[in-house]
Amino acid sequence: MKITIKDVAHVAALARLQFKEDELEAMTAQLNGILDSFDKLQTVDTTGVEPSTHAVDVSNAFRDDRVRPSLTPEAALANAPEAEEGCFKVPRIIEV
Amino acid sequence: MDFEPVIGLEVHAQMLTDTKIFCNCSTQFGGEPNTRTCPVCLGMPGVLPVANRRVVEFVLKTALATGCTIQKYNQFARKNYFYPDLPKGYQISQFELPIATAGYLDLELEGAVKKRIGITRIHMEEDAGKLMHEINGIAGDSSFVDLNRTGVPLMEIVSEPDIRSPREAVEYLKTMRSIVQYLEVCDGNMEQGSFRCDANISLRPKGREKFGTKVELKNMNSFRHVEKAIEFEIERQRDMLEDGIEIMQETRLWDEKREETFSMRSKEEAHDYRYFPDPDLVPLVIDEDWIAAVRAGLPELPRQRRQRFIDEYGIPGYDADVLTVTKQVADYFEAAVKLHNQPKAVSNWIMGDIMRSLADSRDIASFAVTPVHLAGMIALIDKGTISGKIAKKVFEQMAETGKMPESIVHEQGLVQVSDSGELEKAVQAVLDANPQMVEDFRSGKDKVFGFLMGQVMKSTKGKGNPQLLNDILRKQLAG
Repeated sequence: MKITIKDVAHVAALARLQFKEDELEAMTAQLNGILDSFDKLQTVDTTGVEPSTHAVDVSNAFRDDRVRPSLTPEAALANAPEAEEGCFKVPRIIEV
Repeated sequence: MDFEPVIGLEVHAQMLTDTKIFCNCSTQFGGEPNTRTCPVCLGMPGVLPVANRRVVEFVLKTALATGCTIQKYNQFARKNYFYPDLPKGYQISQFELPIATAGYLDLELEGAVKKRIGITRIHMEEDAGKLMHEINGIAGDSSFVDLNRTGVPLMEIVSEPDIRSPREAVEYLKTMRSIVQYLEVCDGNMEQGSFRCDANISLRPKGREKFGTKVELKNMNSFRHVEKAIEFEIERQRDMLEDGIEIMQETRLWDEKREETFSMRSKEEAHDYRYFPDPDLVPLVIDEDWIAAVRAGLPELPRQRRQRFIDEYGIPGYDADVLTVTKQVADYFEAAVKLHNQPKAVSNWIMGDIMRSLADSRDIASFAVTPVHLAGMIALIDKGTISGKIAKKVFEQMAETGKMPESIVHEQGLVQVSDSGELEKAVQAVLDANPQMVEDFRSGKDKVFGFLMGQVMKSTKGKGNPQLLNDILRKQLAG
């Protein structure tokens, strides 16, 4: 076992996901299975191969610094579960 | 025990681009909530961010101006955390491969002591949105999110823990702010939050190599607050260490009203950001040509300009320091000197009356008295049209009305009286009115001269040419 049920619970909490105990167990088993597959990949000899983070070999895609129209506040808020005074309304965040 | 503070600073400088870092929404400050957003900065699924070329140029400028090494191969990373001001659930930042590393800033401390502060790294990232906890002054059980600021480009400049006192910390920040303002990559406004600073502070017994446990300080929005907050924090930690209490690693906020720091309740797991390269943004490769082009376009920096002011205008080092802190003031000075070549007089007026009039606003660029006004007024003094004393009055009126000095002088008949006949009459009248004083002076009491001179100035309503009056008074007293 590479990761424990505790690790899975931690990652779930970071992702704001809630699982029941049996779901956590199932997830732990699945994730360990995935990690086993990665172990297989790790056996490939990559000596002399540059690590890459992207699938395509492209760099330097830029945009010019020119303002284009933004959405209207109505459009921006269209999918918000709740809105008020032009703002997204969320449960109160207790700061400090 | 003698403790030594160890301080490192993190500066977040909002860049002066027209658009956001990954989309074409405007970065303008203010505006109605959620009027500067688009699917990219709202974090809609399936959208693709594209980097703003100017953001890279601005960071390159800053990096080169602070002696950094440019990282040729860059990538953006996702910093994952949930907070309502961050619609995507991650902030696009840089992690393992920041655009610039290993720079420095030279501070000039009191007594011409120089100190070099290392810069660990500079990286690019996007700002988060704004949270409000009340609406129309009423706080309820909701918070409100305005995403106009989401995606505004920031550069984070991290210093080495080389700073040893609150004074040095402020000096570092002033020097850094001056540089980014000269480069025109950030407006440096601390109150509006476009130049923000966090401080990491720990104490260690003097002579010990190992650092103590550090505390992160936030929420300081002026140089004065930075200095006071760090002072307070050093005292707090020293008291604890002297009492044998262990320092807890935490984030503390500065309360400017109570002038103390307090613990920000730290959320558990808050620092598990799970950084990984952002697959939506292709790597950034900066070649030598690009670096050379940016280097060639670097403007004159504060320290170079200071030296040039001393060499070219012959003003004292102190004046050059004050005049070159901000680019606006330095530009103002040079514009005025170009119109009337009296650098020291221009400098005196800027450092004195102008700085006083601007007070906290510091906005010399929109001051009613422009370089044209100031140069014109000093020229009037030099020509003998007005006295230095009257000039103060003219200055006040220029500041109030924005009128040109010549018209103020003519409209109000402030032209200096240099006609000796007229002045002689005025002096005689004063002497006639104060026979005792004249007697006193002649029997050796030099001090009454000042009084008599004051009376004479008063009788000419301040318009008498002081040099001439002085001479006439001396002559007439000598009998």
